Amino acid sequence: MQIYLPIAEISVNIFLILGLGGAVGLLSGLFGVGGGFLMTPLLIFIGVPPAVAVGTQAAQSVASSVSGTLAHQRRGNLDLLMGAVLTAGGFVGSGVGVWLFNELKYAGHIDLTISLGYVIFLGIVGSFMLAESLPGVLNRRPVAVALAARGPTRHPWMTALPFKMRFRRSKLYVSALIPLALGFVVGLLVAMMGVGGGFLMVPVMIYLLGMPTQVVIGTSLFQITFVTAGTALLQATVNQSVDLVLALLLMVVGVVGAQIGARLSARIKGEHLRVMLGLIVLAVALRLALDLVIKPSDIFSLTGSEGS
Amino acid sequence: MIRPMTHALVLFVMCWLSAASVKAQDVPLVADLANHLVAITTGFTGTNVLLFGATNGPGDIVVVVRGPAKYEVVRRKDRFGPIWANASAIVFHDVPSYYRVASNRPLDEFVPEALLESRQIGANAVRMPTRDVRSEAEIADFRAALMRLKAEQNLYGEVVGNVTQMSNRLFRTELYFPANVPTGTYMVEVYLFREGQITSAEIVPLTISKIGVGADIFDFAHGKFAFLYGLVMIMLAGSAGWVASAVFRRV
Repeated sequence: MQIYLPIAEISVNIFLILGLGGAVGLLSGLFGVGGGFLMTPLLIFIGVPPAVAVGTQAAQSVASSVSGTLAHQRRGNLDLLMGAVLTAGGFVGSGVGVWLFNELKYAGHIDLTISLGYVIFLGIVGSFMLAESLPGVLNRRPVAVALAARGPTRHPWMTALPFKMRFRRSKLYVSALIPLALGFVVGLLVAMMGVGGGFLMVPVMIYLLGMPTQVVIGTSLFQITFVTAGTALLQATVNQSVDLVLALLLMVVGVVGAQIGARLSARIKGEHLRVMLGLIVLAVALRLALDLVIKPSDIFSLTGSEGS
Repeated sequence: MIRPMTHALVLFVMCWLSAASVKAQDVPLVADLANHLVAITTGFTGTNVLLFGATNGPGDIVVVVRGPAKYEVVRRKDRFGPIWANASAIVFHDVPSYYRVASNRPLDEFVPEALLESRQIGANAVRMPTRDVRSEAEIADFRAALMRLKAEQNLYGEVVGNVTQMSNRLFRTELYFPANVPTGTYMVEVYLFREGQITSAEIVPLTISKIGVGADIFDFAHGKFAFLYGLVMIMLAGSAGWVASAVFRRV
């Protein structure tokens, strides 16, 4: 059954969209990730214009991060002050990102930027996941444990920065500039690539800032909720690129898939999960990289007044 | 359900038209569409619109359908190190967003080249000016790519022989509009050719627009209240997340 997406202005098979949304939701529940990094490229593969894929994915991330944040808030795993500082940085980053997105679209480089961004980030994150979890699967001491045992790496430049703030729940006394900068980068990623940015924020908070792990997830989800909401609002106002029908379809099945995934994840060993996720992430990165390197079947493309 | 009914109606109208044309011999060409509005609804997957008409005697029929004119940016990728990226671009103006020609036999058999050129009949004759300063060969290259890409999107095409004529009086053809058809006002031009000259011509407008919920969503998102649209969107998303967390906490 075909359904016409009013903003994307294409007709797609409704079951394909529901299937994709459910599958990505399942993975996101299984691995505890937002799933945007898989959904956005998949939407582009099936013909959704990149701008609409990114804008819609930002809106859809709001749904999944709200439900995650609420769950963590109930358990008290939330540093509100840290979350607020991260969010402030995130709003600035998202504003810059939406502006940059428009400029690149006008210059004809937005597709390349999105693909290249995905190749770089997914490549790094996928390799890191494999490096961290493969030794565990092969019955060796995982790198993560080694890293955690060493304690957070406090670099001298970090302690030298001004505007120090005390974050009680995170047990930290650091310059506000660090979470602001981190939030900024995440906001940029949300606006330009339609990803939640959790995959970047969580390792930085644990390994670089030295935040307690249980506070990290709740706080990063809190920031992602506000930054994705702000970005979706900005994309809807500036670029008119948020598709309500597509977002709702993805949300409904995504939320259900995520809950099933979360239940399944209890039955699979953590290391195995991370190896699987690492492989999926690397596969997506490789696919996107190949598309950039292989000679395109048609070197010409049309980017006319579509959507304007 | 609807199709046999429209066909019956069309048949009736055609009979009436042919009767009328016998009486009014001085009108060389009459033509109309079975449908003046193509509605893009949520279930839209493309459609056919029937064009029918009558002539006062033998002649060749050419039908040209033009969609609203827009500008198009054609980009060419080049290799930068290992990566293929967009390198050069040419902007063409007044490009019909949809262009299709239908005729009862190949155009070159009965229309002189100069006439095709001046009336912009046939995709190759459509004038698309560009303000970019490039060599003629390069512009021709990019233009050819534009034509090819539009044809791949099913938006450009020339169909020979799908105008069917009956006893040199009646004619009919099906105009195809794919799912990705741009919205706006279309002009359907019908020409009657005799001895290489245009004897008569008629223009029938056709509106293609989004109808129903999809149209409302599009207007909401693109209108003055785009901000409000975004707000509704994130409130829906937020409450979906909240409901999910509330429901699954109890399961």
